[in-house]
Amino acid sequence: MAKVILEELSKVFPGTKEQGSKVAVDQVSLEIASGEFVVLVGSSGCGKTTVLRMIAGLEEISSGVIRIGGRRVNDLPPKDRDIAMVFQNYALYPHMTVSRNMSFGLEMRGFPKEEIRRRVEGAAQTLGLLQPDNLLPRKPKALSGGQRQRVALGRALVREPQVFLFDEPLSNLDARMRVEMRAEISRLHHQLGSTMIYVTHDQTEAMTMADRIVVMSEGRVQQIGTPEDLYYQPANRFVAGFIGSPTMNFFHGVLLKTQGALAFAETCPAGKTPVWTLRLNPELAARLADRTGQPIVLGIRPEHLTPDSPKPSSLEIEVDLVEPMGAETFLYGHTARHKCACRVTAYETKELEGKKIHLSPDYERLLFFDPDNGHEVSGTKIPRIKLPLPVPHRKPPGL
Amino acid sequence: MNKTSFLHLWVCRILLAGLGLLFSLPFFWMISTSLKPLRETMKMPPVWLPIPPQWQNYPEAMAAMGPFWLYAANSLSLAVLNVLGTVLSSAVVAYGFSRLEWRGRDGLFFVLLMTMMIPFPVVMVPLYGLFRELGWIGTMKPLWAPAFFAGAFNVFLLRQFFLGLPRDLTDAARIDGCSEFRIFWQIILPLARPALLTVALFQFMATWNDFLGPLIFLAREEQYTLALGLQALQSTISGTPWHHLMAASTLVVLPAILLFFFTQKTFLRGIATTGLK
Repeated sequence: MAKVILEELSKVFPGTKEQGSKVAVDQVSLEIASGEFVVLVGSSGCGKTTVLRMIAGLEEISSGVIRIGGRRVNDLPPKDRDIAMVFQNYALYPHMTVSRNMSFGLEMRGFPKEEIRRRVEGAAQTLGLLQPDNLLPRKPKALSGGQRQRVALGRALVREPQVFLFDEPLSNLDARMRVEMRAEISRLHHQLGSTMIYVTHDQTEAMTMADRIVVMSEGRVQQIGTPEDLYYQPANRFVAGFIGSPTMNFFHGVLLKTQGALAFAETCPAGKTPVWTLRLNPELAARLADRTGQPIVLGIRPEHLTPDSPKPSSLEIEVDLVEPMGAETFLYGHTARHKCACRVTAYETKELEGKKIHLSPDYERLLFFDPDNGHEVSGTKIPRIKLPLPVPHRKPPGL
Repeated sequence: MNKTSFLHLWVCRILLAGLGLLFSLPFFWMISTSLKPLRETMKMPPVWLPIPPQWQNYPEAMAAMGPFWLYAANSLSLAVLNVLGTVLSSAVVAYGFSRLEWRGRDGLFFVLLMTMMIPFPVVMVPLYGLFRELGWIGTMKPLWAPAFFAGAFNVFLLRQFFLGLPRDLTDAARIDGCSEFRIFWQIILPLARPALLTVALFQFMATWNDFLGPLIFLAREEQYTLALGLQALQSTISGTPWHHLMAASTLVVLPAILLFFFTQKTFLRGIATTGLK
């Protein structure tokens, strides 16, 4: 267990004659508490893997400082940083058995044989490598994808490092295996309480596993927060669009004063009258008053749009595609200018395709973004939805 | 299977079989001649199958060549030294050109590749001068020492193979605490076995069959290799004893052919450089 601190970390890849140098990571600062599970998430090429590789010591640091457990590690080789890493394609040594793959790092560090054996068996037990078949004497070639990833986890586990680093460890697995391993890694985190830094492009992994998520784009940190924060209070349009599935709906429009109240009017192609005007409640209107007459982007999550009977403020869309998922259905459609998705807790069939439906937004869950810099400008505190669980019973006195 | 692809398959097969026959013809002729009496070797129309086979041609040819087993031992020791030197040095150099980052690496690799375009006869004279300066003429050294300094073709072959090995493996080893040399020795080399075997086989054949090198640099008969020893049969005053020459030739190429026969699977895999997955 150790604290990991990144101070204004940057990485610039030197350019070639044809291409200038490329800033892969730009002034990333981050403090990861001891025992915390932090997920770096972002689309490919956003610099998340480069950050992880710099922490591991596999990539040189252009500027900035990395501290692990209070120690500045900038110039330490990977082996002296007390970290272990799990790679996307497992990176198991193909010519060594499972047990040798796991013990190799300990052998390099000169651990006594007895200790190595104890640790390898312990890790194999934890990860289920002994039951139902003993996988230890096998070569990686003879293992399935899921088993290989378990071995890769085991190799990290036996080292008992201060910090675990994961580089998209589940992306080569099939969907079912991914869900299983996700739970496995979360379980290990609870069991070991180690600091874990996890890189993925999959927001589901980020949302389900992280204590805190770091959303990155173009080498910069967009937002750092708990999964709940990112979902309810995205700092900007990028984060809002990245977290949540289907992705958040964005509508370009202007804020207008109509009949004494502030309203959002969707911009339409030239020559058409705006069909959708949404009157804002007074509280929200007060916060956005200084933007009256200015263009703005409205963001609504698909789950915050409800099919409804036609009303003055409802949004009319033509349904293009219906995706029934079982417990819920995704409806994809469009307005005159924008695409729009809606998520309903019902089973709808393809019959709805080509039809027009009306959607009512949840007024408490509207977000507004600056069209230029993408920042969230309404400052709306979105009420969180919690399950109506009964308050736990107090223990009766005397027990 | 439809008709066209069936036809296509058989056209291919017949073409390949024909080419195979064509290429094996000289080989067949060598063996057939080695078992004929001398008067039948140049007979027209040609005698294809010697009946009865003259097996005694073989011991006679070995005797006529001089100390056959000494030549064989010389050839073998040169081949072993060359194989060892080439595999070791080429692997180290190829590792440097593929897995390490350093300034000027690609430029230097280009220079190395250019040396592949220079034919041996061009460097023959300067090499002779160099080895004379070193006092190596008349010794075996010029025939094996250069192998320890990596050849361009082998470096190229191994570099391509090393480049194909996943980078994550080296990263994992680095995190596991391996030094650069240990990564090379314990991770990369074992995985590159097919490529290394290919290099070894190429080098063995090249050394075993080399005629020009021993001819230029060796002086005394007891240093001769088999390839050079064959010459003794060609230059007898009473004309070339073709049956003996062919018998000896068969004996000389036999080890190379056997070696290829038993290792061809690895050999072809090494050339295709498909190592992992």
